[in-house]
Amino acid sequence: MSAATYMRFELLRAFRNRRFFVFSLGFPLVLYLLIAGPNGSEDDLAGSGISARLYFMVGLTAFGTMSGVVAAGGRIALERTLGWTRQLRITPLRARAYIGTKLVTAYAFALLTTAVLYAAGIALGVRMPAGDWLGMTGLMLLGLLPFAALGIALGHTLKPDALGPAIGGTTALLAFLGGVWFPLGDGFMADVAHGLPSFWLVQASHIAVGGEGWDATGWLVMTAWTVALTAVAVRAYRRDTERG
Amino acid sequence: MTNLTDSPGVELRGLEKSFRTPHGTVGAVCGVDISIRAGEIVALLGPNGAGKSTTIDMLLGLAEPDAGSVSVLGRSPAAATLAGLVGAMLQTGSLIEDLTARELVAMVASLYPAPLDVDEVLSLVGIETIARRRTQKLSGGETQRVRFALALVSDPQLLVLDEPTTAMDVEGRRDFWETMREFASRGRTILFATHYLEEADAHADRAILMARGRVVADGPTTEIGAMVGLRTIRATLPDVERSELERLPGVAAADCHGEAVVLSCADADAAIRALLDSFPQARDIEIASAGLEQAFLELTGSAS
Repeated sequence: MSAATYMRFELLRAFRNRRFFVFSLGFPLVLYLLIAGPNGSEDDLAGSGISARLYFMVGLTAFGTMSGVVAAGGRIALERTLGWTRQLRITPLRARAYIGTKLVTAYAFALLTTAVLYAAGIALGVRMPAGDWLGMTGLMLLGLLPFAALGIALGHTLKPDALGPAIGGTTALLAFLGGVWFPLGDGFMADVAHGLPSFWLVQASHIAVGGEGWDATGWLVMTAWTVALTAVAVRAYRRDTERG
Repeated sequence: MTNLTDSPGVELRGLEKSFRTPHGTVGAVCGVDISIRAGEIVALLGPNGAGKSTTIDMLLGLAEPDAGSVSVLGRSPAAATLAGLVGAMLQTGSLIEDLTARELVAMVASLYPAPLDVDEVLSLVGIETIARRRTQKLSGGETQRVRFALALVSDPQLLVLDEPTTAMDVEGRRDFWETMREFASRGRTILFATHYLEEADAHADRAILMARGRVVADGPTTEIGAMVGLRTIRATLPDVERSELERLPGVAAADCHGEAVVLSCADADAAIRALLDSFPQARDIEIASAGLEQAFLELTGSAS
């Protein structure tokens, strides 16, 4: 029995899926070039202390990876409808390992998206010490956990035809309120944003300007979302697989 | 074609399963006992809604019985599955996309402790020529063959097939049964569900008839005819109660239409003697063989 072989084919499938590529790689890349390209000389975006090219690099990496990670979990819904999850239940593959492969695939794609957007950022002049690149990336990968859990919960709950709008709408809203498109500054919207995982995903970029990335509130909010959404995902998974 | 051994096969004891619907609780399986020895080829026969698929789901561990017990090769369904001893082709199901037929079979093979060689399986089910085609480009019949390959690739001790030929054309069916026989010759236990009597007759050693969630007959396929009451006795017999006729030895069911009575008989010889003893006034007596199909329909209650 080899989980590695199974994983390899699962990754191969994901890489062959063109829609996946377009939305989690092409889309954020093009948006980045369109938004950050013309503002290449803006070194202090809306008083955030961060250059436009860096701010949007991180913002669109966050957007691309979080929609990709949610969509990866959402693919469970499709495989459920195909009867594929039932087919797998009569193999020795444990349900936990199945979800594990979905997570690894999601993260593989997130890393790819990140690499592509970093390359575009560097091309536009983003410069940072290696330690900051790594710290920022690590924090973002951690920040994707609640989104991965959300994807799995949706994948076990929704029908495939409801999935597109649900995932698109949720991630677009979270991205908007999280400050993917512009710094939120102060005020009511900023207060709301501080309670959202997408905001802290974008805040990982503060590492790049010598900041801390996440403060205590950030860690608290992210931990709370991860724990809550994981609990929801586990519930959705149990309800789904125990049904006759 | 049977290779019976003493190792444990499948034991279903007092299985019950009901589902909640908007119209109340519906019993899908209402007390099923089935015992299959290792090496047997058994057909689970019955009309749609007889409870075949629900029984199979419980056997495979896909559904939890409300009552009763399941033992597969001496283990629980989950343990048998985990040990890679069971292969199954479920009634419905499509293939995941973006892999070739061969890749998909290899992917599933990798989950098992001792799978068959992937190319051997592809040629066994006759899909070598489409091995490099993506699953989303396969026809319905080709998809069924790949699904069959997925059931075989683990080299299972127990192969379960739930209405496997439903989506196949004539040629596909012939190839399918040929492959199944080839696989059976390795001494494997096979249980297949079907609603075609001729499939049970041609490919199984034994048939278990299910109707309305119960086993209504169980025996060697060579005796299907006898066990379902092969003969009917027709006679003209006025003023007789149906229940009186049904009490006669050898009679399985009786029907009265005015003066005409029709007796479905498990043992027509005993029945005709008893009929004449009790009702010497019976006339226009006719004994006929009720075609297999008719007998099957009567027994499973789908004629009404």
